[in-house]
Amino acid sequence: MILLVLLGINLIASIALAFVGDRKYAPELNIFGSAATFAASIRLALKVYNHGPMLAANGFFFVDAFNVYLAVLTAFVSMTTAIFSRKYMRHERSHGKVGHKGMRFYHAMFQLFIFAMLLALLTNNIGVLWISMELATLSTVLLVSLYRTPSAVEAAWKYFILCGVGIAQALFGTVLLYFASEKIFGEGSRGLLWTNLSAVADKLEPTVLSLAFIFFIVGYGTKVGLVPLHNWLPDAHSEGPTPISAVLSGLLLNVALYALVRCKVLVDGATHSHKAGYIMMIFGLLSILVASFSLLRQKDIKRMFAYSSIEHMGIATFAFGLGGPVATFGGLLHMLVHSLTKSSIFFTVGHASQMHSTQEMSSIGGLIKGNPSVGWGFMLGVTAIAGLPPFGVFTSEFLILTAAIKDAPMFMPFFLLGLVIAFAALFRKVLPMVFGKPPSIQKPIKAAHLPVFIHMSLILVLGLYLPTFLSQWFHAAVVLLVR
Amino acid sequence: MINEAYPVFMESLQVIMVLVAAPLLVGWIRMLKCWSQGRTSAGIFQPFRDLSKLFIKETVLAENVSWIFTATPYIVFGATVLAGAIIPILSVDLPLSATADIIALVAIFAIARFFMALAATDIGTAFGGMGASREMMVSSLAEPAVLMSVFTVSLVSSSTSLSHMAHTLTSSPIVLRPSLAFAFLAFVLIAIAETGRIPVDNPSTHLELTMIHEAMILEYSGRHLALIEWSNMMKLFLFASLGIASFFPWGIAGADNIKMLPMALLALALKLALAGIFVVVIETVLAKMRVFRVPEFLGFAFLLATLGMLSHFILE
Amino acid sequence: MNASFAAQINSILAAFILLTAFGLLVQRRVFGLLHIFAWQGLLLSISTAIVGYSAGLHHLYISAVLTLSLKVIVLPWILYVLIHRLKIHKEVEDMVNIPTTMLIGIALVIFSYHLTAPIRELSTLVTRSTLAVALATVMLGLLMMITRKKAVTQIIGFLAMENGLFFAATSATYGMPLVIEMGVALDILIAAFIFGIFFFQIRTTFDTLDLKAMEKLKEEE
Repeated sequence: MILLVLLGINLIASIALAFVGDRKYAPELNIFGSAATFAASIRLALKVYNHGPMLAANGFFFVDAFNVYLAVLTAFVSMTTAIFSRKYMRHERSHGKVGHKGMRFYHAMFQLFIFAMLLALLTNNIGVLWISMELATLSTVLLVSLYRTPSAVEAAWKYFILCGVGIAQALFGTVLLYFASEKIFGEGSRGLLWTNLSAVADKLEPTVLSLAFIFFIVGYGTKVGLVPLHNWLPDAHSEGPTPISAVLSGLLLNVALYALVRCKVLVDGATHSHKAGYIMMIFGLLSILVASFSLLRQKDIKRMFAYSSIEHMGIATFAFGLGGPVATFGGLLHMLVHSLTKSSIFFTVGHASQMHSTQEMSSIGGLIKGNPSVGWGFMLGVTAIAGLPPFGVFTSEFLILTAAIKDAPMFMPFFLLGLVIAFAALFRKVLPMVFGKPPSIQKPIKAAHLPVFIHMSLILVLGLYLPTFLSQWFHAAVVLLVR
Repeated sequence: MINEAYPVFMESLQVIMVLVAAPLLVGWIRMLKCWSQGRTSAGIFQPFRDLSKLFIKETVLAENVSWIFTATPYIVFGATVLAGAIIPILSVDLPLSATADIIALVAIFAIARFFMALAATDIGTAFGGMGASREMMVSSLAEPAVLMSVFTVSLVSSSTSLSHMAHTLTSSPIVLRPSLAFAFLAFVLIAIAETGRIPVDNPSTHLELTMIHEAMILEYSGRHLALIEWSNMMKLFLFASLGIASFFPWGIAGADNIKMLPMALLALALKLALAGIFVVVIETVLAKMRVFRVPEFLGFAFLLATLGMLSHFILE
Repeated sequence: MNASFAAQINSILAAFILLTAFGLLVQRRVFGLLHIFAWQGLLLSISTAIVGYSAGLHHLYISAVLTLSLKVIVLPWILYVLIHRLKIHKEVEDMVNIPTTMLIGIALVIFSYHLTAPIRELSTLVTRSTLAVALATVMLGLLMMITRKKAVTQIIGFLAMENGLFFAATSATYGMPLVIEMGVALDILIAAFIFGIFFFQIRTTFDTLDLKAMEKLKEEE
């Protein structure tokens, strides 16, 4: 019941917002919808926390420790993004970058996108997981091209085509998975339910599952933005409206990684080997290295943080590939803190580029003088994402690093090298923007401070102390993922 | 007695039939074409009259010709008759068939073509050289395709001997095979190109921009021209019967069975008549394509042949 | 119609689906592509119906009808209308290197055959051998999207890839559960509307549907 409410709110909000259009109260309605979703997700989380994993609607939905925290995270970040987008989009609207049709579309699609992600997280059916991943892509494609500039249209087209191609491979993987499970469960949807599959994972045909995993990692890996399948990501994340960049980087990548990890569990069970893990480690490491070197060469501020997202997704993929309780724990925590940090950075970046009417980093400067809260928020966000203590990213990266030293010492130097380069690149680019004298083009704006503040304090808390309920959750998820 | 003589009898019967029936087939096609275009036809025997007229006429040779030019008509004619003796047209039991398989057959056609091109350049006129180069372009693309196409049939019957291939197909139950369907389509396209019909070449035009085969034989006259024309008719006939033998051999006479002969003759006549109708329909519907489109046409044929071979492995 | 005869017809249809995939790869005219795409859908639909008949699975009939209406009627119609509205029906693509593309295509078919060999061993279905063709169709659609530089052709490549996936589901497992197939069809339909909007967006921003104009977003050197 609570599941239907949770999913229903977004869907209803989406339809309602499509009718409300560009009226004055549309952003507030958007916030209200997301807040209600967040409340429902908390309710769901409490239920799972008290009663353990649950199946609902004839096994169609499955909620366990792994996906419930991601669902809460998704609902939460979507709520803060909605708060941020109220002021941000008003600014864009008043500067003529979006028309009233665009605003209607933006709000409706935002809610639909959240719905698709929640459905992907909560469903138990591997096929529905695929469908909702595709739906999440489709609902954001036209948001990326919202500004109708040549580069925005190009980015959206790239996003549409590359993700469409990628995710088609994942469907082939799903077909193969169904092929293997059909031998055990026979015809029908039962053979696609993740709970059923994981119960009999060791009876599934290993050769078929290995083949399926190749297609899964190419398919969902494209959506995670793993190198060398990442080409669409910097474009799509930099050319769309900033709230969309925030949810794409903060949430959609997580959901795609979630899908990949769910599939990996099944493959590991079937093959009794660590093959899938090694593949993920290599993809992850490659993403970390390529992304961190690319960070050095960026001129566009949002593009740079898009590459940073690739790097962090690489870290999480590497962690899940490493397996082991510590690394998996670190991976789960990393997904959480990266999502919070990256969306907060995008909030401040959005305001910074509005202040200077450009995304070129060379034209941005003196943020702390110009608007202290944006400047400091940005500075703290970058400090956190670079992995400095006392923020949460440090904790998760530290956990993954210790696990890597123990389990995969030969990969460790590359991992560390990537982190160091990313650190150096970020600070080299960011410091001139934050400190110094504001350039003449800088204009004051109305910034949304609340979301940044909430996110930063959460990350700080997570860095200093992990609440018991969260660590218990993560432990339960680790038990689920590590056999 | 009859058992020993039977293969030899069959062989001679077939060679005579190739010599006689080839002009008949061409006459049939021309007749159909006349009808389809609303003209009065000259009758099915007109090619014989043409040939005998050419044989009577004086042979004119250019001053600078070498022996290649005079020898080529005989070589081409000989090679074509030899090819006619190898293909199992009437019966699968031919003594010469055992000596040469499908690869040799393709090579025999290649020899004829090679001398044809040599003779065309030998005379030193512009048209001869142009025709020779175009012919070589077409054949260099068509030959791998024709091999690929018949190899698919060989794979199905696991033999490259034409007799054996025909025998396997007739004696096994009828199965729908995508490989054979593709190989056949490819074969039809190549046969059109090899025998110089529309849309690749037009046998009844002497337009310098488009002609391929006619450009090569422009300098021939009298007896030589008659031999070359006759070989060309035989080539058309042979390609039609090669297609029939490889893809639709049903009705062909088996080994040691003279009683099947009338049946085989009748079936062959029927199939060739249908092939003639098919050729006329193609030539009426399609226009001749530009010469530089021909590689694409043949590339498509090659693709079809390859797909045929692949689907033999994948789907059967 | 007994099982082995149905299997024979099915493999003939599979072979022709492969042929249409190659046809899409080498066809230069927009309308030609559209026709081949519609034919591919039709073959797919017939093949699904035959598999449904021979295996006695009635949900495959629904899939067949779904394919027929979506891939043979609705999508080609949408594309047809779009092509007319955008006035690009006479466009011919000139940059395709056909022989090389075909050779790569053939190599991809062999690769798919190799890749699906273990599954062929494991499967007991009569349609198991067509899985290689299905994967090859997916790969060829991918190849088409790589080699073509026009928005409409890329979309047709994308849809052809989707056809291959559908065919894979039919040949490996007698079709995915109906819920999934409906969902996938819905996604494709939404995608169709999105690319329709896209064509106009690209056209108004770039004055052409040639994707060569869209090469601005690259890493700065």
